[in-house]
Amino acid sequence: MLGVIIGVAAVILLVAIGTGVQEDIAGSIEGLGSNLIFVFPGNFEEGGGPGGGASIRRQFTLDEADLVRRRLDVRHIVVPIAQGPAALRVGNRTMRTMIAAGNEYSDSVFAANYADGRGYRRSEVAAASRVVVIGATVRETLFPNQDPLGRSVSINGQRFTVIGHVVAQGGSLTGDQDNQIYMPVTTAQRIFGSTDISSIVVKAESADEVPQVQRQVERILRPGFGDEFTVFTQDQTLGLFQAILGTLTFMLAGIAGISLLVGGIGIMNIMLVSVSERTREIGIRKAVGARTYDIMSQFVIEAVSLSVVGGIVGIALGASGAAVLSRWVPTEVTLWAVALAFTFSAAVGIFFGVYPAYKASRLDPIDALRYE
Amino acid sequence: MDAESVAAEVRNCDERNTVLEARGVTKRYHLGEVDVHALRGVDLSICQGQMMAIMGPSGSGKSTLMHIIGLLDRPSTGTVMVEGEEVSQMLPNELAAVRNRRIGFVFQSFNLLARTTALANVELPLVYAGVSAAERVTRARAALEKVGLGDRIGHLPNQLSGGQQQRVAVARALVTDPSIVLADEPTGNLDSVSGVEVMRILQGLNEQGITVVLVTHDETVARHAERIVRLRDGLLVADEEVEQRHVATAHVDGAGEAALAERTAS
Repeated sequence: MLGVIIGVAAVILLVAIGTGVQEDIAGSIEGLGSNLIFVFPGNFEEGGGPGGGASIRRQFTLDEADLVRRRLDVRHIVVPIAQGPAALRVGNRTMRTMIAAGNEYSDSVFAANYADGRGYRRSEVAAASRVVVIGATVRETLFPNQDPLGRSVSINGQRFTVIGHVVAQGGSLTGDQDNQIYMPVTTAQRIFGSTDISSIVVKAESADEVPQVQRQVERILRPGFGDEFTVFTQDQTLGLFQAILGTLTFMLAGIAGISLLVGGIGIMNIMLVSVSERTREIGIRKAVGARTYDIMSQFVIEAVSLSVVGGIVGIALGASGAAVLSRWVPTEVTLWAVALAFTFSAAVGIFFGVYPAYKASRLDPIDALRYE
Repeated sequence: MDAESVAAEVRNCDERNTVLEARGVTKRYHLGEVDVHALRGVDLSICQGQMMAIMGPSGSGKSTLMHIIGLLDRPSTGTVMVEGEEVSQMLPNELAAVRNRRIGFVFQSFNLLARTTALANVELPLVYAGVSAAERVTRARAALEKVGLGDRIGHLPNQLSGGQQQRVAVARALVTDPSIVLADEPTGNLDSVSGVEVMRILQGLNEQGITVVLVTHDETVARHAERIVRLRDGLLVADEEVEQRHVATAHVDGAGEAALAERTAS
């Protein structure tokens, strides 16, 4: 029974972790918001994708963002994005984090649920004001149990004023949004000492207009950049991530397959051991008059009930293990994993419980009694 | 020793009914390349109500003979009749039914089901006989009382002494009211006091009319029977009445051979 319990629990748990991670990745991709178009410098058509090894010959600057904004219909939002590391200090507390900078429309791009305070304004972007919005982790680290609003914080050696902070969103695989600070892109450029920006994000007014806006953006940038830029719509981004998710699904199937195999071997072993131990018992029962049918029905009933009870305990164990683990790792218990683990383990348990008993039940009683 | 002449001397049961009869029984084993002839043509009649011992040194085939007349094993050639019914050609399940209703076994190593109470062990043959649960308990309890274990019915085998375990096995053998009880070295794993106790119970059963067959290599044990047949090298070499029959007494002191207190049967 232990074999069945461990087999079922292991399969459920591993698949739960796999599924949880997969869902989490899918969720954070979809959570980026809808209607978004991402423009990156460099040609990814040859490289395979962002970070896929494309060589970037020329970065975007605010001029390109401005160009796109001016040439596009005003209904669409254009946000220049600058990202980079930052060292923060408040009093004697320090921490390292990431800057995500944009313009006054950044709220449409970055998730922004203000716990308190506000986002930066257009005037602050224009003036490159040293104002900052901080994520939940940053707030807890630098201002434990304090109100950060209006406090000053040193970022890469420059004094900033905290104007808002964002509610905790939980970790995600695309980056810990809680461990980020947000500031005007112009300010960020000064901190980084560069006029470059990392990308341009366009938010089309509606999903239907995304392909059209994409074509417009390409037309706008082509004269200046040739092919040295890449436009991703969220559909494309999703498609890219779908490929990753597909790989993850294979990984998941691999995990499930291996854990089923390991669990199955464990069950098989325990069942085989218990049946050889019980060959003498079969001999005793036959000596006092048990027919083959009596032996078989006993072992079938035992194997089935052990497998079913073990399976149920295993499901409970796997599910509660997944619940406990979810504090650290995203987990999701799926019905198909439960069904697969249970069916497979039960089948293995029953087969290896019954088959050797079937063989033993056909021995002459004296051979079964003598079995060592 | 001439096998043919011994076979001719085999006693028939005269006025008593023959419970069990073996005719020309042989048994060959294949041990690798070697053929072992455990039995080489044994004729034997066991009479109703008799207490008989099968004796012989180890390797003489006595256990094999018991397994064959107990239908635990099949002879290579020859026939076995139980109460006049030919069993050699029966199917496994038919044999199981004959073992269940007509034969009781007592083994040297007890062969009780571990993790199962004395009562449940004794009930086991009744389960396979299709007896109702309530009647099983009544009959199993009665059988355990008969062997003096009425107060131990809920004990597991490992909570019982060897002698007590063997008495549970005896209770299991007699609970179905069999025609014959076969005991293979029933005292072999017991100290002499427990051995005497078990022999006393077997003799008591025999006095109540149950046919008892003992298999032993121990002359003292064998002399509790009224008849001894001797096997050597797979052949029956002697078939004799016991003149000075041992009677196991209920309460004995001391240990060792002295414990097998003797009393001449009247």
